[in-house]
Amino acid sequence: MDFVNAIILLLNYIFVPALAYGSQLALGAIFVTLIYGILRFANFATGDMMSFGTMFVILFTFYFQSIGISFGVLPTALLAIPFGIIFMVGYMLIVDKLVFKYYRINKSPPVQLAMVSIGVMFVTQAVVRIIIGPSDRRFFDGEKFLIKAGEFKEMTGLNEGLAIKSTQVITIIVTLILVSTLFWFLNKTKTGKSMRAYSDNEDLALLSGIDPKKIVMITWVIAGILATIGGALYGLDKSFKPFTYFNNMLPIFAAAIVGGIGNPFGAFLGGYVISFSEILLTYAYRKFFMYVLPESMEPDGLIQLLSTDYKFAVSFSILVIVLLYRPSGIFKGKVL
Amino acid sequence: MRKNLNVIAAYSIMMGLIILVGIFQSWNIALSIFNLCLISAVMTMGANIQWGYAGLINFGIMGFTALGGLAAVLISVDPVQEAWSAGGFNILFSLFLIIAMVLAVRYILKNYKKSKNRTYILAAIIILGIVIIRFVSEPGIEAIEGVNPAKTGFLGGLGLPIIFSWVVGAFFAGGLAFVIGKVALGLRADYLAIATLLISEIVIAIIKHEDWLTRGVKNVIGLKRPAPYEVNLQQTDWFISLVEKFNSSKLNLITDLTERQATLNQLVIEGSSVFVKLCYSGLFLVVVIILLILTQKALYSPWGRMMRAIRDNEEAANAMGKNVVKQHLLIFVLGSAIVGIAGAMLVTQDGLFTPGSYRPLRYTFLIWVMVIIGGSGNNFGAILGGFVVWFLWIEAAPIGIYLVNLTTAGLDDTHFLKVHLIESVPYFRFLMMGVGLLVIMRYRPKGILPEKIEIK
Repeated sequence: MDFVNAIILLLNYIFVPALAYGSQLALGAIFVTLIYGILRFANFATGDMMSFGTMFVILFTFYFQSIGISFGVLPTALLAIPFGIIFMVGYMLIVDKLVFKYYRINKSPPVQLAMVSIGVMFVTQAVVRIIIGPSDRRFFDGEKFLIKAGEFKEMTGLNEGLAIKSTQVITIIVTLILVSTLFWFLNKTKTGKSMRAYSDNEDLALLSGIDPKKIVMITWVIAGILATIGGALYGLDKSFKPFTYFNNMLPIFAAAIVGGIGNPFGAFLGGYVISFSEILLTYAYRKFFMYVLPESMEPDGLIQLLSTDYKFAVSFSILVIVLLYRPSGIFKGKVL
Repeated sequence: MRKNLNVIAAYSIMMGLIILVGIFQSWNIALSIFNLCLISAVMTMGANIQWGYAGLINFGIMGFTALGGLAAVLISVDPVQEAWSAGGFNILFSLFLIIAMVLAVRYILKNYKKSKNRTYILAAIIILGIVIIRFVSEPGIEAIEGVNPAKTGFLGGLGLPIIFSWVVGAFFAGGLAFVIGKVALGLRADYLAIATLLISEIVIAIIKHEDWLTRGVKNVIGLKRPAPYEVNLQQTDWFISLVEKFNSSKLNLITDLTERQATLNQLVIEGSSVFVKLCYSGLFLVVVIILLILTQKALYSPWGRMMRAIRDNEEAANAMGKNVVKQHLLIFVLGSAIVGIAGAMLVTQDGLFTPGSYRPLRYTFLIWVMVIIGGSGNNFGAILGGFVVWFLWIEAAPIGIYLVNLTTAGLDDTHFLKVHLIESVPYFRFLMMGVGLLVIMRYRPKGILPEKIEIK
């Protein structure tokens, strides 16, 4: 019985939260990796673009709530996401036309594009803060828990409860659907294949008659979808605050590079690598060992490898190690 | 002379703007803007050496700034004897262990060929070392943090004058840069940017959470000053007479004695804070001028020429027998050390160390905006960038309010749009920075004062 309790404990505090957080990171990381693979620059405006999309999702959610539309037990935000995506994609295409296009046509070095993306970052940040303000916002409604800890205890008669938030389940399901559609699109459709060809070898792709304008536009559209959904899911699960989104850029970058930048599947797995290592290394295992070990050997410390303060630092250290030993990422991406 | 006309014009306009702030707002504000401009200028010089001379992207400026600030704390704060006796031994012992561990790893790396076994042994040493160090340091850290946590709770520093920390800060930052450079400089440009950004976040995380060393988010306040205190100034005779002399015409107009005394007191209070700020400005100016002379000399030296050669064509420089890796490391360390000086200066000026305030937007990206806008590769440009951008950063709010009032003039004062816009005026500075950066990158990619190299 104790052993089952220990498993449930780990599921409740490590597995489920890490899976949800990892999915949110994975969406962001695929976004980064697509931009890097096809448009060939590190986009420092990632976090702020995600917050821009989420902002519209929130505004539409509030609007729907005010006119009385709801989605039953599911959060209203799910209904608002498509509208958010429309605005987000529009914004991205405008930014591309006004800013990035010039450098792409001039074939500027990637560094210059990265600098330009910092300018976009500042502007986006300002726009988000001017429209919705810098404060913390929660826009979740509907049923909060799928399984409550108390109910679970009653049901199974165990000491440990397993609480699964509905946002966590929604996050995981939506991510799986989205990512599998994306991979289907990239691997099976003609447009997806031409995107991969363009990312692999631009000149060869142009020679074979692939229209670069179309590729770039589709990339921004996909990026907009990923950014909005990823941002909205993160906001639903935690809360929306522009500053946290800006900071999320860092683990997202870590996930993209760990997975091998330019490789969408690597980025997807990279998200989970980062989230699991963050949570596994900073969790206090005391209770787990209390269940597993006999009473005489009970530990007296917290059995925590690192204090939770270093959560972010964990992912960055992994990144540094990966960059040192396998600079192209765990799942081979572009060679540096 | 004619060649430098645009430099002189740009700097006179900048000084004119600061003087205008002094006349219309107050000299206090003008001087505090000026001081921070000087500090920003030092930071941009550091970044400019790396980016403009050598083409290295360092997005870890925040980390080096924070290390400089840490140096200011560790140099100037008086040592906390109780804490040292409570946990000093454990800390010193763990420091010794860390050094031993690093040496062991180095020894193995040097003397054994790359193999699976070597990797396993290295991993074992590191993991075992960390476990032992934690075991040793934990009781010490707890004891130190337990010593009067409301006031100290950390080891304190050396109790030396804070000016020394400017040099020590440079060494701290340079040391970190050496380690980072060894690890990350082989990466391609944009990866280097990301890696340094993330490493600087790790540095901040450590400074924030290692309370025994830095007090963490509890902040260190009331650091020593290299300048006199306002309160003391207000009671010294020579200062009061100085203020009297400066304002004699104004004071002579007042006939009533008590009123005259009251005005004088007011003037002395104002004057004292202006005087203190002037002291800082003097100190900072000395640093900026020394650095400017050194960097200019370096830029026109054979070494500077070599750096530009490496920047413009790494392979060719390499083929000419220049050691690119070594020079990159050198310039990375030098630039970061300058940023470290700026970090120490910043903490000196504020008189407090707040690890929570180090954020990448303010200390990394804003500095980069300064470098790009000012003109990379040109020291005068970099300094000008520091001045222009910091000036706009501070004055963005008044300008924003003016613009909002102008554009919404037709609206009622209580109209929700107007109220909302006025509330969000602080964020106009982000907008200005972003748009400024984008416009400069597009239409004047070399900055306001572009790089100009004449061979002498």
